[in-house]
Amino acid sequence: MLAIGLEHFLTVAAILFTIGVFGIFVNRKNVIVILMSIELMLLAVNINLVAFSAHLDDLVGQVFTLLILTVAAAEAAIGLAILVTYYRNRGSIAVDDINSMKG
Amino acid sequence: MVTALFFYMFAALLLISALMVISLRNPVHSALFLILAFFNGAGLFLLAGAEFLAMSLIIVYVGAVLVLFLFVVMMLDIDFSELRAGMATYLPTGLFIGLVLIAELAMIFGAWITSPDALKLRGAPAPNDITNTEALGRIIYTKYVYFFEMAGMILLVAMIGAIVLSLHHRPDVRRQKPAEQSARRREESFTLVDVKPGEGI
Repeated sequence: MLAIGLEHFLTVAAILFTIGVFGIFVNRKNVIVILMSIELMLLAVNINLVAFSAHLDDLVGQVFTLLILTVAAAEAAIGLAILVTYYRNRGSIAVDDINSMKG
Repeated sequence: MVTALFFYMFAALLLISALMVISLRNPVHSALFLILAFFNGAGLFLLAGAEFLAMSLIIVYVGAVLVLFLFVVMMLDIDFSELRAGMATYLPTGLFIGLVLIAELAMIFGAWITSPDALKLRGAPAPNDITNTEALGRIIYTKYVYFFEMAGMILLVAMIGAIVLSLHHRPDVRRQKPAEQSARRREESFTLVDVKPGEGI
């Protein structure tokens, strides 16, 4: 069981998730900071899963956290690779210019 | 008591550095504050008893993902002040959405109770006599081995995808071609000419 109440962890995770969403909206033009905001949101989800896992004494939550960690690392690697390729082709990373697939 | 003190320290530092990540002008500073945020997140994991995940968070995120972020930020030559230009126009929308989200989460939080059956529905109750790492290792290689394999496949696909995406063939650079080199035969490369003395070829 947790030494700190579950509610404390959930509150921190909720505020962190909101900061992540807020960051996406505020930095709408900067892809790099948007990717960082997504990492923050994933961290908030991980904190929730770990807190519930500790609260219920159930290890499945931590297995899922491990999976989310993997997916987040893969997502960051692919996102940054796309960013580098895009910069090489277009010479900028402004989100507003990324519309060549709009049709 | 000490636990509560550490919890509030980690939580406060986590939230402050998360705010710094989204509000700083320079993405290099943002990435460095993201590192601090992940260290404090790992501290929260430790307090919740998930030691293995705390360490892997530091190794995977700080050691790999954020170094990648820093690499990319420093490699691309971008005028970041231009990217910050519209910040003030997006601020009201962002604040509105953030407030709605936090209100919704607070409403869930107020009406939420644990089901009395929850303890019966546990998939893998944590054993008390072994460490967290050992307990996790015992289930991810047995009961949840398919999850584990899937995580490995995801990483493999992501790795190949990232390599293919960033592979760049420059036509103006002369490269060594080992296959052609080893496929070369003696007859293609030289001929023996019998030169008579005093005549030349």
